[in-house]
Amino acid sequence: MSDRAIAWLFITPSVLLLLAINIFPLLWSIQLSFTNYRANRPNAVIRYVGLDNYRDLLTDPEVWHAMQATAHFVLWSIALELVLGFGLALLINRRFRGHSFWTTIILLPMMLSPAVVGNFWTFLLQPQSGLFNSAIALLTGLDPSSFQMIGDVRLAPWSIIMVDTWMWTPYVMLICLAGLRSIPDYIYEAAEVDRASPWRQFWSITLPMVMPFLMLAILFRAIENFKMFDMVNLLTSGGPGSTTEVASITLKREAFEKWRTGYSSALAIILFVTVFGAANIYVKVLNRVKQR
Amino acid sequence: MKTPVTAHSVAEPSRWSKTTASFIVATYAIITILPLLWIFLTGFKTPPDSIAYPPKILFEPSVEGYVNLFTTRSRQTPEFLASLPPPQTWYERLVRSRNMVIGGPSKVVPRFVNSMVIGFGSTFLAVCFGTAAAYAFSRFRVPLADDLLFFILSTRMMPPIAVAIPIYLMFRHLGLTDTKLGMILLYTAVNVSLAVWLLKGFMDEIPREYEEAAMVDGYTRLQAFFKVVLPQATTGIAATAIFCLIFAWNEYAFAVLLTSGDAQTMPPFIPFIIGEGGQDWPAVAAATTLFFIPILCFTILLRRHLLRGITFGAVRK
Repeated sequence: MSDRAIAWLFITPSVLLLLAINIFPLLWSIQLSFTNYRANRPNAVIRYVGLDNYRDLLTDPEVWHAMQATAHFVLWSIALELVLGFGLALLINRRFRGHSFWTTIILLPMMLSPAVVGNFWTFLLQPQSGLFNSAIALLTGLDPSSFQMIGDVRLAPWSIIMVDTWMWTPYVMLICLAGLRSIPDYIYEAAEVDRASPWRQFWSITLPMVMPFLMLAILFRAIENFKMFDMVNLLTSGGPGSTTEVASITLKREAFEKWRTGYSSALAIILFVTVFGAANIYVKVLNRVKQR
Repeated sequence: MKTPVTAHSVAEPSRWSKTTASFIVATYAIITILPLLWIFLTGFKTPPDSIAYPPKILFEPSVEGYVNLFTTRSRQTPEFLASLPPPQTWYERLVRSRNMVIGGPSKVVPRFVNSMVIGFGSTFLAVCFGTAAAYAFSRFRVPLADDLLFFILSTRMMPPIAVAIPIYLMFRHLGLTDTKLGMILLYTAVNVSLAVWLLKGFMDEIPREYEEAAMVDGYTRLQAFFKVVLPQATTGIAATAIFCLIFAWNEYAFAVLLTSGDAQTMPPFIPFIIGEGGQDWPAVAAATTLFFIPILCFTILLRRHLLRGITFGAVRK
């Protein structure tokens, strides 16, 4: 067999599978998004409604609310994960005794199933018997039943951010640690000879050299958290009311509870285009930072 | 004038800074592991102990959670219980002491088996497809290779619920709803992108000279792939397989929307372990513990390749 034949033979199965299970459904979604199709009424007449679904979506206050909830969740969780993750990476990079053991322990939460994590955090966040409320009570002297992390409109958005931070800080930490370890020692030695202060060393050496890694971590976390469904669905399922209803939860409600398949397909397309577009622009910026 | 002489590199942190760092990191690690320890302990509490206020740190351990996880039970009147023959086994005795009788095994074992079958099935397929494609991308000049690779990656950017809408309709047409085959195909498609990207990284690290030497010795390209490249790539393939397995094991969004019975996996099942009056927390905690144990082992096994896996091979260390 020629190399060319082998190349195609080896690539075709993967591409065919992705075409069948990713691209074909995507095209189908695009087609459905121009109709009033409802999956729970397969025999009803399908009518093409043009761009009506898109127009309705962009003027729907619920959708805008979901976008705001998503933005709040994504921005705060990433900010906290960056600060904690980078901080931990700086500390672990001092290579004290046993750092490898502690790192492995810190890594555990991110390997777990987000759905199962969301589920057991509802237990930990229960107002009276939950471990979290009791721990806060112990530290601050508040009454453990005086606040509800999940049931309170003000606290619920922070409870999903907190659980996400608990779960994904190690992810950012691990990427930052790789960044820190990529900086050769001689640069610091040269700075030391020039009597640069530790503060100066951090701003002029550490931060710029870790920057591409930090940006990569932000990219991955932003994509993942923008899509976030499983953890939030089990922790708050969008509640109370619709305070924590992030985009994926709205999508699930429209598609699989209200069965507005056409309308929800349009929302799905909008979400996909948003992630895809934003990720593309971001990667361009990232490459520019890397080249500097 | 005396200047301090240090034997080690100037970039080496001082002893004091190391001690502080180790103290802060250890504190964070302990706080972060507490929720998991608490769930582990809850698995050995009785239902009343698990929701006691204030939370019980010291308690009498019980395996009731595990017994409840594996059985279905019904509450009976004391008269009926008195009319029954004495309990035969320790777990029947335990259930009987709560004025209940065992109705039969619960669904946890079939769900666990589903998770294993779907996990291993999809991992096997994804790794086979991924190894082949990764080799082709790594060794041959494929037209539009970068575009194809980016296309493969971009399939991971779609929110699972967005993909689930047409997949749901497609599976309904094909009769794949709530079947293991359907879930295996779906998870294979999701995992192939990860497998291609990770394995391409591993393949790039195997020197081309190895195959070239083999081909000079009379091997065909295919023989060289099977007898020279594959054995070299074993570690990479194993690490990739574990990442695929973890994804399939942990996946929830597709599973909850596309399965309801026969093909249901553990993640959508665990939240619905219900006792009298809501979730049976010791049983949920027991299920969570059993569900997490394989992942903990894998994490320790994968420690060296973890970074690569979570960044699609973008960061290699």
